[in-house]
This record gives sequence, structure tokens and C-alpha cells, in this order.
Amino acid sequence: MNNLWRFINKYSALFLFIIFFIFSLVLIIRNNDFQRVSTLNTSNEWVGKFYTQVNNVSKYIQLDAVNKQLVAENTLLRNQLKASHFDDSVVVNTINDTINRVQYQYIGAEVINKSVNARNNYITINRGSKHGIKKGMGVICPTGVVGIVWNVSPDFASIQSVLHEDTKITSSIEGTPYFGPLLWDGENPETATLADIPNQINLKKGTKISTSGLSVTFPKGIAVGKVLKAGVKGGGSFLNISVQLATNFYALQYVYVIKNIFANEQQNLESLNKKSTDE
Amino acid sequence: MNKTIIYNFLRFFLLVLIQVVLLKNIIIYNLNIPFLYILFIFLLPFKTPKWLLFLLSFLIGLLVDVFSNTLGLHAAACTVIAFLRILYISVTVQNDSLETETTPHLSTMGFRWFFFYALLLTFAHHFCLYMFEVFDITAAFNLFSKALLTTGFTLFLIFVTELLFYKRAR
Repeated sequence: MNNLWRFINKYSALFLFIIFFIFSLVLIIRNNDFQRVSTLNTSNEWVGKFYTQVNNVSKYIQLDAVNKQLVAENTLLRNQLKASHFDDSVVVNTINDTINRVQYQYIGAEVINKSVNARNNYITINRGSKHGIKKGMGVICPTGVVGIVWNVSPDFASIQSVLHEDTKITSSIEGTPYFGPLLWDGENPETATLADIPNQINLKKGTKISTSGLSVTFPKGIAVGKVLKAGVKGGGSFLNISVQLATNFYALQYVYVIKNIFANEQQNLESLNKKSTDE
Repeated sequence: MNKTIIYNFLRFFLLVLIQVVLLKNIIIYNLNIPFLYILFIFLLPFKTPKWLLFLLSFLIGLLVDVFSNTLGLHAAACTVIAFLRILYISVTVQNDSLETETTPHLSTMGFRWFFFYALLLTFAHHFCLYMFEVFDITAAFNLFSKALLTTGFTLFLIFVTELLFYKRAR
């Protein structure tokens, strides 16, 4: 017993190292699990409040860029207003619109913390479950897609951004029926890769890529980016297309969270399909 | 003795604050942000008990983790350098010649000793951090160069801090 105690004492640094190291490895591995519920990240109330304070100061620096973005978006929206079009049609009768039901609602939010250069990047916003945000909702900004809601607290939510190895947003090439997952390789925060596009199609540089509307997360037609390099063959019968992302993650300040009112209905129906094939 | 505790206590929070508010926004060409907060581990007194050294390193890593959504990554890298610190000091410094409160500063230990001390620990920290982040041994060579470049950046900040604040600590 005495010898054992002397042995442990002599190599105490090694034993302590092993204990603390294993503990941190357990934390890393548990944190990588998407389903896990933990508040030791920036969706935590305290951390969120802290970064709100910091952001109150630092957002003044970006006001100019944000204003320009908002003006651009306002111009776009104003152009779509009925009032800005010359109305030369003759109204015959009014129709109670039962066909175009509202499917998507947008919740505006301010970015209070973000990372861009890590392997897996997250964004924290100042809206949470109190405002109707749930895990798995899509997030966009005036210029394009941003990511998917990851963790939610009453007042804050953290978003797994497009710049994350687990984010796969189904995107399609405009003008073609083809779609595939958008992946990020961790190198450059301005480009990503669109995989699984069959290689018989001919792509030009600058062709627009937008969301496909095939998942419940994003509506169809939200900008993802532009083709940067076309015709790069990834071994087999699929193209790997390098995409210039539409969103500038460095300048991100305001985002919209998308609430799909039909999401539950669609998911329930699709899970029924799975059940009936299992039987 | 109390003065040393208060200094280290303040340094702990000040460095974490600088890291999570200021330095996380500094990006030079797609490299990575510098991690100045590990200076806290460098500057703990020589005679810090081993369990306390590991505990403080783990805690400062964990605190930075919480603020950057990387639970466990910084904690693991800091634990590694706490271990390396013990090894490096046990090899290069005569243990009994030190007073209890001596701190491994640039001014007290000389440039050569401090440079290799900081270089070894900073590089180990950055390399471990990137390795745990990617968890892929085939990326090691790529990460090696990335870690080396970021190490240069962090070392620069460490030396600036040391020269600014501890020049007359002797």
C-alpha cells in the first residue's frame, strides 16, 4: 500500500494529466452529438446576455454596411409593392384567396455572436423559444442562406451556420431540375461545394444556385450562391461544383428565422411512408 | 503570497475577457485567431501545486470553450500544455534554487529560456486544438503548417504583452 502511494505520488503529474484529459475528451465527444441538450455554449442565458452587451458597442462599427444592405432589400421589396406598379387591369370581382395560404413566417433577429474561421461555426441570435423559435428551423439573411437553428434557450438561439461540417442544405441549380447537398470543407468561408449533381449537364460560371424547397427547412428559391468552377469531376458520375456563397458571414448582423407552418404535417406524412415500408 | 494570488486571479479574467471579446474578431488571411489567454498558464508561479495547475488550465480552457461553442476543445489543449509545462520546467530549471513565488517571466528567466518555453507550449496548444477540432490524423500535415503560422501570431502577442507589462518586474 505504501509503495503504491509512493508510486502515485511520484508520477502525480501524469495521473492528473490523464484524469483531466479524459474528462475533456468526454466533453468533446458529447458536444459533437447533435441530439444532446446542453447549455454550456453561447445559447446559455449568461453568455448570451454578456455578448448582447458586447454587441451593443460593436454593432456601431458595422452600421454603415448594415444600412446599405437594408436599403438594398427595401428597394427590392418596394419594387414588389402593388402601389409601385401601374395598374391597368379592370377589377371584375374580388376573390377570397383560399389557394395561397401562408406557409412561411419570418422572425427577424439580431446576431449577437458569431464565429467564421473555426472548422465548425456557430451564430448566436437574440431571439429564442419565447419568440417561437425551435430547433431545426432555417435561417436566412437579406443576401442568402445562413444556417439551421441548433440550440434554443428562452431568449437566445444558436445557429449551426452553413460553415459547419454537419450542415447539408439541399440546393438546386436554377434552370435545371438537379439538386444536391451543399457541403463546406472548412477551408474558405466564402466558398462551399455542391455535391451529387450528375455530370452530363453543362454549367457556366456564374449560374445561380438556390434552395430546392425539397426539405421543410427552407422555401424554394432562396439564394445560396453562384457557380465558381464548373466541370470539376469528383471521381465517379457526379460533379462536385465549387460555389461562391451569397452570404458574407463576416458582415452578418441581421437574420430571419423561417417558421414553416406545414412542417409538422409534411414530416408526419413522410414518417408514415417510412413506417408502411417497414411493415 | 496574497499578492500573487490576486495578480493571477485578475490575469485569469482579464485574459479570458480579451480573448472572447477582442481577439476572436481578429482574423488574418483565413488563418486562425490568436489565443493569447494561454499566457495565464505560462505565468503561473513555479511552485504552483500540480493539481492546481491542471485545475486552473482546465478551467480557463473550459471558460473559453463556453464562449466559442467548442465544449472540451480548449480544455483538452490546455491540459496538454499544463503537462508539457511540468516536463519542460523539470528538465530545465533546478527546483530547489527557486523561491516559492517566482514566476516564469521573460524578465526573470531570460530571453532564450522564455522563447523556447513559449514556443513549445504555444505550438503544442495550437496543434492539439486543431487536431481535436478536426479529429482526423490524415489532416495532420496541413494542420501542422496552420498551427505554425498561428503560433507566430500568438507568440508575437505574448512577447508584446510581456515587454509592455513586465519589463520592470525584476
